[in-house]
Amino acid sequence: MSAGAAKIPVTVAEVTPVNELVTRFRFVRRDGSLMPTFSGGAHTVVEMNDQDRVRRNPYSIMSDPADREGYSISIRRDDTGRGGSLFMHRQVRPGMEMVISNPVNLFALDLRARKHLLLAGGIGITPFLAQIKQLSAMNGNFELHYSVRTPSLASYADELVASYRPRVHLYHDDRGELIDLPALLEGQPLGTHVYVCGPKGMIAWVRKTAAALGWPRESIHHEEFLAPASGKPFEVTLARSNKVIQVGEHQSLLEAIEAAGVEAPYLCRGGACGQCETDVLEYEGTFLHKDHWLTPTQCASGTRIMPCVSRFEGRTLVLDR
Amino acid sequence: MTIIFKEETFHDDFTFRNSPEAVKRFPFPFPEDSYMYSVNLEPHKSYRPGSVYERTFDVDEHYVSEMRDRARVLAEDPLRCQSLPHMTLAGWDLLELIMTSKAQEYPELFELHRDGAKWHWINRPLGIEQKFTFLDETTLPYGPMEYITRQTQGDFALLDQRDDNLWMDAGMVTTQADWSLDFDIGMNFFEWHAPVPKAHEMGIFQRALKFLLNVQQGSPARRLNWTMTVNPLLDTSPENYHKWGVMKRDLTLENMGQMMHLRVELQTFFRLPRSNALVFPIRCYLIKLDELVTVPKWARRFHRVIRDLPTELATYKGFITNRPKIVEWLSRYDDGAPTPPGIWPD
Repeated sequence: MSAGAAKIPVTVAEVTPVNELVTRFRFVRRDGSLMPTFSGGAHTVVEMNDQDRVRRNPYSIMSDPADREGYSISIRRDDTGRGGSLFMHRQVRPGMEMVISNPVNLFALDLRARKHLLLAGGIGITPFLAQIKQLSAMNGNFELHYSVRTPSLASYADELVASYRPRVHLYHDDRGELIDLPALLEGQPLGTHVYVCGPKGMIAWVRKTAAALGWPRESIHHEEFLAPASGKPFEVTLARSNKVIQVGEHQSLLEAIEAAGVEAPYLCRGGACGQCETDVLEYEGTFLHKDHWLTPTQCASGTRIMPCVSRFEGRTLVLDR
Repeated sequence: MTIIFKEETFHDDFTFRNSPEAVKRFPFPFPEDSYMYSVNLEPHKSYRPGSVYERTFDVDEHYVSEMRDRARVLAEDPLRCQSLPHMTLAGWDLLELIMTSKAQEYPELFELHRDGAKWHWINRPLGIEQKFTFLDETTLPYGPMEYITRQTQGDFALLDQRDDNLWMDAGMVTTQADWSLDFDIGMNFFEWHAPVPKAHEMGIFQRALKFLLNVQQGSPARRLNWTMTVNPLLDTSPENYHKWGVMKRDLTLENMGQMMHLRVELQTFFRLPRSNALVFPIRCYLIKLDELVTVPKWARRFHRVIRDLPTELATYKGFITNRPKIVEWLSRYDDGAPTPPGIWPD
């Protein structure tokens, strides 16, 4: 299988600051044709040529799925991250040519749901913006509960309230407003599906609370893209390609494999989709598994690694790649 | 390119025949002299002009007669077409995929004019002209999936994707190799494949599901599957087994070349954009053994494949009883000469 979804050459049409941390980017096709239709919840992988390295980060598409003129994404600046969001905020200007991937949806609406209960935290609002457009076009039954730090960081809250009140509920951390989750879940009609996108703690809280209340696991949907963690540099032998590569401190194993000119499969680049799973042939050291894909047993077995987010510390690591 | 559509039947008098041109483009499924399951998936890209791989949805000389046969089967048994309520959006996705592909790839046969949601569809071979509103079911004579698959060769399974599995939640199935949509509807990938021998132990379905869950928009995939059918029956359904099962008893060495058919399925997989569902078109191609042996490479190889096929597979594919006769008949066309690799004719 080839690496990643099919690519789309695009031009940056607009760069719009949303608030002090978030900026919106709009991409249109370089050849002027229409973008592929997508479904709410889909993401695109944006390729960034940042000096001598290629970064590929996934971002939820937030524009209306019915709008095929272009795709919009919103990116929160992460000053302590690995640099992808800083590159987008500082380097990307209207008119720039970039490459993005075809849409991939790992956070799709369950169309059987009688009601869609959407729970967003911070920048986790982005996939819901597209889903809400899709649901309102289909007369879908939805309710959004959106938790933000402060009113000035509440991206798109005003627009959402203006268009969809009373289905939109806002919670401000600085005012001590919290989602009363047990009461909210207790009050839902049968056939409701819950979707949560936000910080790790919020996702865990929603899944745990719902499970404790007896909700079926299949009715709780979550999306969490992990950014690859930085860590100590390490050396890896790629057995099939007959190469020895170095993984830098701020580089993921997948990026190091790609930088060595070896094609490796991937989709989400965030530890969720399972596509980049790689067999370990030999190792002496400790795996730092960070993904949501491998089971604890698989992690303990030392036979597999997800190179998009996981790292290694030790003397020897030989991969079947 | 001009296709001359044949007038023929797939029931009662069985007047179905392949023209010599159709024989040459038949998707012979064996790249070597033996057969075992494999996932054998490849990208569904345009390949080899004139072949069944050239276009997204192949239209051939049997199109008009096959669509007439589908209408006949549906009139007798409407449950061959079913769509659970949450699959309507996937039906629209499929309608869009087929209409845009056919209009682009067969402009002399099909036309699609779009003005926003106002669509105008022209299907010349079937004499259909339809103006409708995209995503508005009330403007079509059938639901979107049924409407477009009454005009497209091959069966269609619409698979919902959720909980890391695929669910057979809609379909149009009238040309099937002995499986039933009415039985399978609502089942997941492992449930509907439960009757297949050997493949579970080989881990085939785990790997196939993992691949299918990751089929992405704009990157469709395909594979071939095959079985054998006595008489050119498109509809070999469990529902009608009492009608066609008995025909297997009429097979003799004398009528073998005309009655026995190799049945090949071109299976493709597309991710659908709005619903995130997967569509699984299963296109059936039939060829009489008399037609097949006009290609010496295929004749030699087919003899060897059928002769050496594991018993479980010959049983599952439904020709274990007739196998000795089929092998005896085919052996006349196998001089033992080596066959070059690949599926294409000599």
